Order: sequence, then structure tokens, then C-alpha cells
Amino acid sequence: MAADTTTAVPAETSPGRFGWGRFAAKRALRLVVLLCGVAVAAFSLMTASPVDPVRAYVGAEVARIGPEQQALIEDAWGFDDPPVERFLAWAGELVQGNLGDSIVFNQPVADVIAERFVTSLALMAAAWTLSAVLGFGMGLLAGWYRGRWVDRVLTWWAYTLASAPTFWVALLLLYVFAVSLRIAPVCCAAPIGVLADDVTVWDRLHHLILPAVTLSIVGVAPIVLHTRQAVVEVLASDHVAFARAQGERGWGLVRHRIMRNAAAPALMLSFASFGELFGGSILAEQVFAYPGLGAATTTAALRQDVPLLLGIALFTTVFVFCGNLLGDVIHRFVDPRVTVDGAR
Amino acid sequence: MSAPAVARRSLALPDRRTRIVAFLVLAVLLLIGVVVAGTVAQDAARTTHLDAVSQGPSAAHWFGTDRLGRDMLARTLVGLRLSLVVGTTAALASAVIAVVLATVSVTVGRWAETAVNWLVDFFLALPHLVLLILLAFALGGGTQAVIIAVAITHWPTLTRVLQAQARQVVASEYVASSRALGTSGFALARGHLLPHLLPHFVVGTALMFPHAILHEAALSFLGLGIDPSQPAIGILLSDSMKVLSAGMWWLAVLPGVCLLVMVKLVDSIGENLRSVIDPRSYHL
Repeated sequence: MAADTTTAVPAETSPGRFGWGRFAAKRALRLVVLLCGVAVAAFSLMTASPVDPVRAYVGAEVARIGPEQQALIEDAWGFDDPPVERFLAWAGELVQGNLGDSIVFNQPVADVIAERFVTSLALMAAAWTLSAVLGFGMGLLAGWYRGRWVDRVLTWWAYTLASAPTFWVALLLLYVFAVSLRIAPVCCAAPIGVLADDVTVWDRLHHLILPAVTLSIVGVAPIVLHTRQAVVEVLASDHVAFARAQGERGWGLVRHRIMRNAAAPALMLSFASFGELFGGSILAEQVFAYPGLGAATTTAALRQDVPLLLGIALFTTVFVFCGNLLGDVIHRFVDPRVTVDGAR
Repeated sequence: MSAPAVARRSLALPDRRTRIVAFLVLAVLLLIGVVVAGTVAQDAARTTHLDAVSQGPSAAHWFGTDRLGRDMLARTLVGLRLSLVVGTTAALASAVIAVVLATVSVTVGRWAETAVNWLVDFFLALPHLVLLILLAFALGGGTQAVIIAVAITHWPTLTRVLQAQARQVVASEYVASSRALGTSGFALARGHLLPHLLPHFVVGTALMFPHAILHEAALSFLGLGIDPSQPAIGILLSDSMKVLSAGMWWLAVLPGVCLLVMVKLVDSIGENLRSVIDPRSYHL
């Protein structure tokens, strides 16, 4: 296949004729540069914060320790050192895989993130799948019935959802299903007062439903709108006209001629939205008191847990990066025009 | 986009244009009304009626009252006004950043373009809300911090749009001839580029506005934004969460609906402006 068939993606992101090896090397380098940038920026922001770290650490009992003791703690923690020196000390540990200890959770930051992320992952995976499937289905419908009432209703609904605050949708769902109808739990990831070992899969799913639905509603709107647009474009293309001339219509036409073409934007968007997904999980977890990484982010910021905040900043950078990378790779498999020699 | 569709639209344009302008005028009047009402209601929002605590919507209090007996309609209006002020300031500042970066990236040289591209990628590397939380934390919270944080984080997407526009302008023949006549980069930017970018700047600001408002509300809701003593919509909803299980639905539902309606209103202002200014991009 010639290089000119790669026009579907910008030249700089396509693997080119050097194939996957070069692609991987480029992306790895990019991740390293991004992480360095985020590390420097996040550390500078934390240093610039007006929050007194000793006060944040000691909490409400700060009045009980005298100024001399406070100075001693500051000295022991190295707050008198210049920022650059402190950054180098932190970065040195970071390179060796040590993110420091979380003040709030009293555990190594890496452990907190790992533990919390697994909980969040269940929520985000459920929401992500839900919004991709629903969004794609509704986008297909809207595009197929372009201009008719089905299209109008779906498009209006998608635009309205895009304008709705996530946490407000969460509050509404919480009120209707947990408070009024009492068919869903009010909070948390498992029943209160039950030992972790006794929690059944059904319990976990039951606690997952409302947060997952909330989170899926946030991501669904762009997928609907872009899938609709793709369907409209494919319907106007020559190959669909040809298939129609050959007598293909209805579901067969959608399945064989449209779905694969329309899937590309939906897939790309789904993977590119990992950042939005995580942002939404911060809000959803706050409303449902779901103990994931999103809730930990809020706690860390509210209680001035600087090491944890820095760890989360770096971790979410990797998370967003992985989403974009997966999107690019899968796009190449869905759309054979994008793959180049040596790629398969 | 197919050719017949374009022809049909341009034939129907005069009528549509009038309708859109009428809508824009009404929408802007409504927003001004919200600002005025929010200013007038400021005292009422703070007054406590201890004889009417935690009441549902009634003729006296359309939106009900909270647990201190404060009128929720007044508090919602003040909150909407606050959202508008924060959203407008932050979106404008952010759009200015985008215009400056886009202009610099196409006029100064290749290295500037690379630098701006890196900056955009870098700001998109973190989840938006995480970046906002870090910034709000660094700035110490409060209304001003929220405005700055939202302004610093919302320019990347608009910068990309403006860059694409600016590249088209710079690649055109009249710019080439102007360059050949010895026009400097700065004069080029001012004389040829900025007039072209202005309409996109206006539309971009209007379309950025909803994001700005929603992120402000989210930050305040988490307790990291506007001071909790002020009736911002995020604060109102955060307060309502604590009494939601007691069945006080009006505290959560009504301010949220108002915010949703306002965001949709501003968003449709942006979409309509875009359809007037840039008809080609209208179809999404």
C-alpha cells in the first residue's frame, strides 16, 4: 500500500513507512516529555500555594504546638531549602519509583492510587462502555433518520446533556432512585457495616449502577453528535449510492455499509475522552461517596495532601495518554486505510 | 456537505438571519435581566426567615427556602449572576490568550508554532478538572482564583481552531504580496490576521462560556472554588446534597434547572452567532 493512503490522519501522527516501531518510540518519548512537564508544573503550583504545609499536616491542633516546634518541623522537612533543591530531591525519589507518603491516608501515595484506581476503574469502565454503546446506537438512529423527529429529539437531548452539570444529574438520580423510590443505595461502593470479604458481586454492582449511569450520561453527547455526522456523510457517499442501486436497503445497508465507517469517530472520541471521564468520576464519586481515585483527589485538595495531589497529577497524565494511544492504535485497525506497510 | 444543501440554505438565508438576530437580542436581554435581578436580590438572598425554614415552593417563595429560611429564588438569581460574571471574565480572558497564541504561532516563525503546539498538548495532557483543582489549590481558592484557573485552562481547543484559520489567511496571496512589500510580522498580524480572527474570537468566547460556567460550578461544588458563604450555584447544590435524603428536592432541582437553562441559552447564542458568521461550519 502506498504512503498516500494515509491521508485519513495527520501526517505527524501516522506511523509512516517506518511502521509501529517508530510509532512506539515516538509515543514513548512524548510520554516522558509530558510527564517531565507535568512534574515541573505541578510541583511549581504546589510550591506557589499559600497553604502552610505544617498547619495542613498538624490540622486543628496547630495551636497546641509553639512557633519553635513549628520551625523545627519545617527544618526537618526541608522547607527552608530553595524550591529547585526540593524539586530535585522529590524528582530523584520519583525516578526510583517512590512517590512519597500520603498525609491524609497515611500510606505510600503509590498504594493509595493503586487501591483507589481499581475501585474507580470498575465505575469508569462501566460508564465508558455504556456511553460508547448508547451513544453509537443513538448516533446511528439520528443519522439514519436525519431531519425527522427521531433525529430532532436525539440531537436536542444530546445538546441538553452537554449543558447539564454532571454533579446535578447525579443529585437528580440520587433523589429519584435512592431517596424517593429506594431502589438504589444512597452511597458508597458496598453496604455499610459489612466486612469487605462478605460483600457480594451483586452488592458491588448494585452500588455501581447510579454512579455509572451518571458518568455515562456525561460522555454520551459528543459520541451521539459525531456518530450522527459520520452516518450522514457515509449516507451521501458513492459506495452507499452503489449499494442502494444494487438493491441493498434497511438494516443490511446500515450493518454492511455504514456501521464500520461511522464507528471510527465514536471509537476515537471514546478513547480521547479518558480525561473527561476521570473529571466526571471526581464529581460522581463526590455525590455518591464512592471511594475511588476521584474522591481521593477531592480529599487530597481539600486537606492539602500535596504528595498525593502530585501523584494523582502524574498518574492521570499517564491515564489520559493511554486513552489517546489506544484510540490511535485501534483506529488503525478499524480503518485499514490508516494502516501502512509493515503495520500488519 | 453536499452542494444542494448549501444552495438551499443560502436561498433561505434572509429569513433565517432575521430570526436568529431576533433570538440573539432576546437572549442577551434575558441575560441582562438575570444580572439585574441578581443584583437586586442580593439582600433578599441573605435575609433569614426563621418562620419559614426548609419550606417547599409556595406563592411566597417560588423556589422554597433553605434550612435558614433564606429565599431560594433570590439565592439562585444571585448565583446565576455570579456564574455569568465568572464565566464571562474567564471565557474572555481565555479567548484572548487563544488569539494571542494563534497569532504568534503563525507570524513569528516555526519555533513559535512548535512551542504553541507543545503548550496546547501539555494543557490537554491532564484531565481538565484535575488541572483546575491543582490551579485552584495553588491560588488558594476564592472567586478570583476560580476566574484565573478557568481562564488559564480553557484556551487550548480555541487556539487550535484559530490556528487553522490563521494558517489559511497567512497562506493567501494578498498576505504573500504584503510580505513582499516588506510588511513586518506585527503589522501583518494587526492588519490582515486579527480582522479575520475577530468573528471566530467572538463565537469562540460564546461557545467557551458554558464550559467555563460548568467548571466554575464543579469546582465550587467540590468546595475548592468560590467561598462557601456566597450563594454560587455550585455551593447551593453542594448544600442541597446534605439535606437531599430528607426529601428537600427543591433545593437541588430548581437552581440546577436554572443553571442548565442559562448554559443552554448562552450555548445557543454561540451556535447561532457561528451560523451567521461562519455558515460553513454550521452543520454538526
